[in-house]
Amino acid sequence: MPVKTVLEAVREALFEEMRRDENVFVLGEDVGQRGGVFRATEGLQKEFGELRVLDTPLAESAIAGVAIGAAVRGMRPVAEFQFADFIHPAVEQIIDEAARFRYRSNNAFSCPVVFRAPYGGGVQGGMYHSQSVEAMFAMWPGLKVVTPSFPYDYKGLLKAAIRDNDPVVFLEHKKTYNFPSIKQEIPAGDYIVPLGKANVVKEGTKLSVFAYGMMLHQSLQAARTLEAEGTSVEVVDLRTLRPLDKETILNSVRKTGRAMIVHEANLFGGFGGEIAAIIAEEAFEWLDAPVRRVAGPDVPGMPFALPLEEEFMPNPAKIAQAMRQLAAY
Amino acid sequence: MRSTNETAAKDRSNIPPKSEAVAPQVIGPQGVANEATAPEATASAAPRWQELGLSKNDLREMYYNLLIARTLDERIWLLNRQGKTAFVISCAGQEATQVGFAKALQVGHDIVFPYYRSLALTLAMGMTPTEVMLHQLSKAEDPSSGGRQMPSHFGLARLNMVSVSSPVATQLTQAAGSGYASKVKGDDKVTYTFVGDGGTSKGDFHEALNFASIHSLPVVFVVENNGYAISVPVTKQMHIKNIADRAVAYGMPGVVVDGNDLLEVYRVAREATERARRGEGPTLVEAKTYRYRPHSSSDDDRAYRTKEEVDEWRHKDPISRFERYLEEQGLITKEAEQSVRTRAKQAVDEAQRYAEAAPNPTPDTIMRYVYAEEGQQ
Repeated sequence: MPVKTVLEAVREALFEEMRRDENVFVLGEDVGQRGGVFRATEGLQKEFGELRVLDTPLAESAIAGVAIGAAVRGMRPVAEFQFADFIHPAVEQIIDEAARFRYRSNNAFSCPVVFRAPYGGGVQGGMYHSQSVEAMFAMWPGLKVVTPSFPYDYKGLLKAAIRDNDPVVFLEHKKTYNFPSIKQEIPAGDYIVPLGKANVVKEGTKLSVFAYGMMLHQSLQAARTLEAEGTSVEVVDLRTLRPLDKETILNSVRKTGRAMIVHEANLFGGFGGEIAAIIAEEAFEWLDAPVRRVAGPDVPGMPFALPLEEEFMPNPAKIAQAMRQLAAY
Repeated sequence: MRSTNETAAKDRSNIPPKSEAVAPQVIGPQGVANEATAPEATASAAPRWQELGLSKNDLREMYYNLLIARTLDERIWLLNRQGKTAFVISCAGQEATQVGFAKALQVGHDIVFPYYRSLALTLAMGMTPTEVMLHQLSKAEDPSSGGRQMPSHFGLARLNMVSVSSPVATQLTQAAGSGYASKVKGDDKVTYTFVGDGGTSKGDFHEALNFASIHSLPVVFVVENNGYAISVPVTKQMHIKNIADRAVAYGMPGVVVDGNDLLEVYRVAREATERARRGEGPTLVEAKTYRYRPHSSSDDDRAYRTKEEVDEWRHKDPISRFERYLEEQGLITKEAEQSVRTRAKQAVDEAQRYAEAAPNPTPDTIMRYVYAEEGQQ
């Protein structure tokens, strides 16, 4: 099987879905001739033409609104937002419109749009090219929110998202796009990874770590360090934040008795709070220690200077330290 | 005719228009204003309605659509005063604009993104008074939302009338997207979208018109300029006289039409439709009109406009005006008018009777349709 990067997996999913269904089309800033600023859509316009690989004006609300209007007409739009940081003008369309179309019309209309956006930091992107926006979208019923970590899942989940009959916010951690150690063998051709299923990527017995995106990889590295020190850590890749696979989370906590959530979005109001609450409500009796969250600091954005950015980002050393504390509780 | 730029420079305090009739004008993409061909101004002996290709039956149907909308609207206010419905948002005064457009579009073929003041449009397209009343009273059978949305948040799949939300102008970029879908699919459907003057201040207005024009999409943008965004008059919303003047900036035609002149609205709507259907691109239509009622049942318009102003517009009522026209043309008698009014009242009575007796949504349905259910699209 060929070895692919995250970016190649995303691109392959787009190619295959556009070949499979002529209603699938891609729109966004620089997605056509340029192939996207991250090259996720490279080559698409050459194969599918300008109508189906559409360079839009720099107008995020229109990118979302146009996608929604086309979806209502039976198209399957994949709207790219160049950076998750710039998705905010489209939030009204995504939350007030796409997420509610089915519910507000009592099932008469649906809105199958995929809103793709690169998110996350650690790339010296400063505070406007590094944001993690998942919690803001995950709080809205009607939306599905997908945050894969591995190339295999990127391809299978993106294909599932495009075929899903409801709107999906598909978040791609930009640091993982070409990260050498995150390459993975993935099958050529069609396969699906269903939305809403977490994946235990490393089994363990002493504590459970829940993460996604780049932080999943950092957590895995930290878990291996702990393993070498004799502490067995289970690592769960959430993959989808909404619908959330509560069962896999609770089963893991019931097994290990200790829970940690890692995300790089800032702590307060972050998605980790929701997982902690679910564990507190539904697995309290199994807990041997308080739930621990490792997250970005509560500052308004990720600073640019390298020492500040490093301070912001959870990394394997920080995560490993937190694991040791939690294991020792 | 003055150029639109001169118009704007000389007079930006003339909105809402008081007594002066609105001169129809067509603004070309290059910003050149051309005199529109008003049927009365031509030498032809044929009456205007015949020139427009309308039959007597068409005129009767349009007259009924005006009346049913007004009758239903007034009944809904009455129900609100009786405590039977919590919220009203009204189209009274704006019926001619909506009925004119409904007549120009192919119901069930073309696509419509309405707004919350589109009652007359909705009825003229074929949503029945009973369906509207079920929606107004938030009953389980409400075909727009099953009682989930506030009243006047229309939507009806069989009419290709897309569900409305409360944030203004969000429908405009969606309409552009629908137009784009037509282009990709290669069909000849025209997409219409309706918005108030207030909605034109949002960035979505710019983004939608710009997008539609870049791709020459078959979209007709209709602004129902009723003079106010709740309490804020258009003079405080913009620094130009005509919203349609903005079309120049997008490279599309902008047309100002007297929104209380049903036949003129129909003529403009048909031209915009034909242009879209021919693949020549979008049009911005601004219908100058007025709402008689407060913004909604939660508003008190005495705080921002005078009774005299409202009365002045009531004297220019689009329904009375069309009635007079039909009388002048010898197409209707006072007796026939009365019979149409009776028919409208009976339809509203029946709608109210049915809807009041219809069951409410049951609490156990609250979790339905957050997402597609098993086996659904």
